[in-house]
Amino acid sequence: MNQNKQPGMSLIVQTVARWLKGFIFLYGVYIIFYGHLSPGGGFAGGVIVASTFVLLTLAFGKERSLGKLGKLLASELDSLGALMFLLIAVLGIAWGRIFFLNFIEKAVPTGNFKLFSAGIIPLCNVAIGIKVAASLFMIFIILAVIRVQEVKGRRRLVTTEKRRKE
Amino acid sequence: MVEIIISVFLVFMVIGALIALETTDLLSSVISIGAVGFALSICFLLVGAPDIAITQMVVEVLSLVILIRATIRHDLTTIDGDRDFFGLMATLALIFALLLLGLPAFLSLPPFGTPAMSQMMESPARHYLSGGLRETGAANIVASVILDYRAYDTLGEATVLFTSILGALAILRVYSRKKKS
Repeated sequence: MNQNKQPGMSLIVQTVARWLKGFIFLYGVYIIFYGHLSPGGGFAGGVIVASTFVLLTLAFGKERSLGKLGKLLASELDSLGALMFLLIAVLGIAWGRIFFLNFIEKAVPTGNFKLFSAGIIPLCNVAIGIKVAASLFMIFIILAVIRVQEVKGRRRLVTTEKRRKE
Repeated sequence: MVEIIISVFLVFMVIGALIALETTDLLSSVISIGAVGFALSICFLLVGAPDIAITQMVVEVLSLVILIRATIRHDLTTIDGDRDFFGLMATLALIFALLLLGLPAFLSLPPFGTPAMSQMMESPARHYLSGGLRETGAANIVASVILDYRAYDTLGEATVLFTSILGALAILRVYSRKKKS
């Protein structure tokens, strides 16, 4: 499938990326889930999760990361995150006639092993995290796929897939 | 003390932005923009906004990677073209006029470090600070504001992101679906 001589970067970068990708992903998930207790939240965590896939793309080439998170799946996840956020908002109307009503029971966070204390706030963080991660990864893929090439004396945008076929 | 450090960082950011504008090499321009972003992140940290500092930092890293990967590796390495003298002067005059007009507003600002919202007794900020933990159960006050009290704003923000990415995908997609079949 890969006709390039180097599908990614050097062996050192690939090894480090193989070790670190799980930790970076986990850190992003941590930032998302603890957004209501410590600094962070859906936006920051989503960007960190997206950067995992960007790291995979840079280190191993496009096919590897697209095999894990395809373009179609990314766009579906993007829409899913947005719809989930909207659904939480509309559920507030169904519960108490208020848009974005915090309808889940709230408690002051005390003690260990009580992560979900803030009602809908962690759910909103998860929705935003999914959305931001998928959309930023899509932007990166789209920008990395397109190349500017001189074709017949004019600068044109060409995809790498097209160039490989030629 | 914090004000002095922030002032130093502000001067650094202005210099970095000027370098990014004036240099002819695209790579140094992108790196200067990255330096400006990191200095801004440290400024956010110093004034006590770790949420925004984290977001600024990770977005800066990702956008730097995207800029380098998506623009630098092509043959667009130089920026050419002179700046129009009349346009530059007009811009400077306009900025100076706006600064003169905005000077009274600067003078009426509260001193550094005192939030303007908390000066009124019945302000919403006071209510959020005093009752945010009890009413929402979120220890992070910022999360309780952006996702509970002001969640409608966040919905608008998410919509802006969704729409911008829709537009970017529609513009940047080179091949159409009909051609493929």
